[in-house]
Amino acid sequence: MMLDKSILLTIVLAPLFGALVAGLFGKRIGRVASHSVTIAGVALSCVLSILVLYKLVWGGAEVFNQNIYTWFEVGSTSAHVGFLIDRLTAMMMVVVTFVSLMVHVYTIGYMAEDDGYERFFSYIALFTFSMLMLVMSNNFLQLFFGWEAVGLVSYLLIGFWYKRPTAIFANMKAFIVNRVGDFGFLLGIAGVLLWFGGSLDYAAVFAHAQDPSLDMASRSVELIAGHPWQVATIVCICLFIGAMGKSAQVPLHVWLPDSMEGPTPISALIHAATMVTAGIFMVARMSPLFELSETALTFVLVIGATTALFTGLIGVVQNDIKRVVAYSTLSQLGYMTVALGVSAYSAGVFHLMTHAFFKALLFLGAGSVIIAMHHEQDMRHMGGLRKYMPITWITMWIGSLALAGAPGFAGFFSKDAIIEAVGESHRLGAGYAYFCVLAGVFITALYSFRLLYMTFHGKQRFVVDPVKHHHGHEDPEHHAPGHLAHAPHESPWVVTVPLVLLAIPSIVIGFLTIGPMLFGDYFGNAIFVREANNVIGELGHGFHGALAMILHGFSQPPFWIALAGFIVATWIWLFNPRIADKAENALRPLHAVLANKYWFDNLYQAVFARGGIRFGRGLWRGSDATLIDGAINGSASLVDQVSALLRRLQSGYLYHYAFAMILGLILLLGGSWWVLTRIAA
Amino acid sequence: MAHWPLLSVLIWLPIVGAVLVLALGRDARVARWLSLLVALLTFVASLPLYIGYEAVAGGMQFAESHLWIGGLKAYYGLAVDGISVALIVLTTFTSVLVIIGSWGPINKRVSQYMAAMLVLEGMLIGIFAATDALLFYVFFEAMLIPMFIIIGVWGGPRRVYATLKFFIYTFLGSIFMLIALIYLHMKTGEFSLAAFAAAPLSATEQAWLFFGFLAGFAIKVPMWPVHTWLPDAHVEAPTGGSVILAAIMLKVGGYGFIRFSLPITPDASQEYAWVVIAMSLVAVVYIGYVALVQDDMKKLVAYSSVAHMAFVTLGIFISLALVREHANPDAARLGMQGAMVQMISHGFVSGAMFACIGVLYDRLHTRMIDEYGGVMNVMPWFGGFFILFSMANCGLPGTSGFVGEFMVILASFQSNPFIALVAAFTLIIGAAYTLWLVKRVIFGEVTNPKVAKFKDLDAREWIVLGSFAAAVLALGIYPKPLTDLMDSSVLQIVNALMLSKA
Repeated sequence: MMLDKSILLTIVLAPLFGALVAGLFGKRIGRVASHSVTIAGVALSCVLSILVLYKLVWGGAEVFNQNIYTWFEVGSTSAHVGFLIDRLTAMMMVVVTFVSLMVHVYTIGYMAEDDGYERFFSYIALFTFSMLMLVMSNNFLQLFFGWEAVGLVSYLLIGFWYKRPTAIFANMKAFIVNRVGDFGFLLGIAGVLLWFGGSLDYAAVFAHAQDPSLDMASRSVELIAGHPWQVATIVCICLFIGAMGKSAQVPLHVWLPDSMEGPTPISALIHAATMVTAGIFMVARMSPLFELSETALTFVLVIGATTALFTGLIGVVQNDIKRVVAYSTLSQLGYMTVALGVSAYSAGVFHLMTHAFFKALLFLGAGSVIIAMHHEQDMRHMGGLRKYMPITWITMWIGSLALAGAPGFAGFFSKDAIIEAVGESHRLGAGYAYFCVLAGVFITALYSFRLLYMTFHGKQRFVVDPVKHHHGHEDPEHHAPGHLAHAPHESPWVVTVPLVLLAIPSIVIGFLTIGPMLFGDYFGNAIFVREANNVIGELGHGFHGALAMILHGFSQPPFWIALAGFIVATWIWLFNPRIADKAENALRPLHAVLANKYWFDNLYQAVFARGGIRFGRGLWRGSDATLIDGAINGSASLVDQVSALLRRLQSGYLYHYAFAMILGLILLLGGSWWVLTRIAA
Repeated sequence: MAHWPLLSVLIWLPIVGAVLVLALGRDARVARWLSLLVALLTFVASLPLYIGYEAVAGGMQFAESHLWIGGLKAYYGLAVDGISVALIVLTTFTSVLVIIGSWGPINKRVSQYMAAMLVLEGMLIGIFAATDALLFYVFFEAMLIPMFIIIGVWGGPRRVYATLKFFIYTFLGSIFMLIALIYLHMKTGEFSLAAFAAAPLSATEQAWLFFGFLAGFAIKVPMWPVHTWLPDAHVEAPTGGSVILAAIMLKVGGYGFIRFSLPITPDASQEYAWVVIAMSLVAVVYIGYVALVQDDMKKLVAYSSVAHMAFVTLGIFISLALVREHANPDAARLGMQGAMVQMISHGFVSGAMFACIGVLYDRLHTRMIDEYGGVMNVMPWFGGFFILFSMANCGLPGTSGFVGEFMVILASFQSNPFIALVAAFTLIIGAAYTLWLVKRVIFGEVTNPKVAKFKDLDAREWIVLGSFAAAVLALGIYPKPLTDLMDSSVLQIVNALMLSKA
């Protein structure tokens, strides 16, 4: 059975239609119509995506791989727009559209008082379209289109409040840092075209990569004479640089924390659940290529492990509730990348899926808190919120337990699988990575429970004084920190319903799907792993069902490490908050390192931003204005001087001219005579 | 179609129209409507060219030939291939928008301004249609005159310096080209480009001729390091002048490389391709950094034009390297197509960027970036357009700006990955200077009280920016019609490159 092309087109185009209507006519048709049309579009996509998934998994539908139209065709090089729908894609489609739908609904409540309401809906629907184009692509061109299009929408949404200087700095930074990644990505695509059979279509490229007669694994090229480099390594590292930009891996991670300047719904949708995982998805999709290069995979592994541990550490010292979740996202993206690095692609994608649910939940929960606190984001002014907003409180606990990997919750299955896969791997760098991911478990528990305690538990650290303040949601500077105009209260149903709907999968999705996804045949041919690298296959021998895995989990190091983190966090932030300050003082140098985020931002700002401007000025003033224009103007003034000399000849005196004519005649005759005599002789 | 001299009509219709506008356009309103009518008619007349051109057959079509100067065997020879058709339609399309765009801002000597624009249009079409080198040269030089007048009469305060620099610079370049043409005439006894291309030439002859052409066309493009006339010319030119300059006149340089350098001096072009490639790569990086630090919007976009046009020269000469050194004609076609698509796209994108700056300039009468800020608050529609064109300027997929650069980078990689590496740097630096401009002009709080009084686009500005936006998106979403139009012509050029002349 084939999937219906028109269904797939509808999935993609319905959100685009909503985006265009809300974007172009939003002000005219009003708020309700704008959110209705976009929500209807995304809901339609979501339902149809579930249908597609159902057909692929249970309905016996074949993998769909067709071009929709030809983008260009020059000689043997052609580029198309087309869809490849296998189970990997279908899973991504469902995750993207489901989280997007939740975020759409949530936005009705969150952005209720914002002037840019219609514009916001238009952007998030446009995002959904772009992300679907990315995951549904069957070729590198469309992948790059989706890749850049989600980057554009991310840019527009981070800078949604375009009056704020911090927001418009953050969105520019995000775009440019992502462009550094895209720079590598584009070169990777060019490499694929050159070395992998002259095609941009996945199917042809992968077939070329896997063709035993071509032996692509040992194919090398001497870009610098005398230094043969494996082509697969070059291509995969270039492609992965793209993933490092989009999925915010060290050292291209600096844009993601700043992206929190955008409204919270998009932090949930774009900067946690979907867009930032595009890099993970891409590497998993390219598994036939990455499997060719041990070197590239080691590179992936080391970058991922570094990101997983070191960005998590920063999360422990953040006080802004959204930034804690943001650093947690960075760290979790590191985990996914580590999984890719040990060839456990399916584990990476599995963690991507579970993470999408619980991290979207955490962000939306944080947003709910932020609404209640009248746009106060500093956790030092929160505390004791659990009695004001019970639904948010409980769902946030669920999300945090899932994140910390409490046995049975979604994150437990995916994170444990990654950790065990790393332990199983013999790849260069796996030892370092194993240390990082284990230490990361402790850190994850530490910042997750710290967030919960500082926000919902302990003493109330804000004052409610209704008299002094009008409340304006738009402007956080308007309030004195820690002062609220009226008591916080639970958010409206459009906010809490998505929280609940995301909390459910955060609990059960891992339990339900680990069997088929990791150890079963779910991904089929979508993900390719060489037999020698198959760590997940190794783990599969010890897998006896999800329940057994939970029980087994209690005896494993990750559980005890997480428990230690939980106990430490509880001891400090629930019972002895003073200790945190003391520890901060005692460990001042370490705290400075973390609070300054290892000085990445300062370094980049000094070298690339200010250095680039200085370099540009130097070229402009030094070279353009002085050298080139100097030469031009110099030659102009030379002409001027020569002509000034010549002008003297034109004195206007007849006898000067007569003299010149006679002189000229003598020279001419004399010269001719001289020449002619020579010729005659 | 055969009996209807369509190309002559396209060239002379705007020029005759210009005379009419001068004669009847005492009243500014009459001048405006009449010139719009002429430009529209020309645009409509150019459509049969696109529709009637048989792209599959390729080659020169719509040919006309009349003896012009018997003693020199110079012909009034016109014909077009797919490349010319694309450039001519770009010219007629942009001219309509320029005329509409000039309705508001130009208030003095309206009829003369409109007439100059129409004459310029005719000359440009002539350049793209000429098959006779002398005729080409006449149009090539004559087009400077209306441009000179447009900048010199309706330009800004330093217009005299700018016009002189512009004129002398470009004239200097074309002198060398003229010498090359005269030499070729002495060699072949005629002026037809086909004869020039067929003439056997030694390596030394080719080298001299190549540098003669290079001087003429590199200044036109303009390539680094002979680009410094462009920012000055743009800054002083009125909006319409800038749009035509960026959108079409620069293309004459790239077109010249394809029509003259490659077919007439293929071996020298191969030998010195590295010079052109190096100049292009320097332009991408160097000019990118220079664009970053401009305080004047027009200068910024002018520099960005230089950087983007570098992809045209890179694409043309990389395909030569691909044919000759790598025996990879397929990639060569990709590079050449990329160069051509980049030319058309740059016409739309840079034209639109200059039109946007004109919209701002009409409101505040300054081009200084720091006088603006927060324009989005008062002009949301304009802000939307500006962001769209900026994204096209950054080469975002889905806009026309991506297509050509993508093709050229893919093709360059096949020649030498390091060339592609340097070229791809445009992704970063292009985004940096463009988005920083957007940040400072469009986003932020309104700080200048005069900006707070801005009105959003009026209908006339809407038509101009909307048309550019449609073109930018159409070409970005579906470039195939354009590449199909040019495909067989590009193939012919690439095939011709394989033959050595020495």
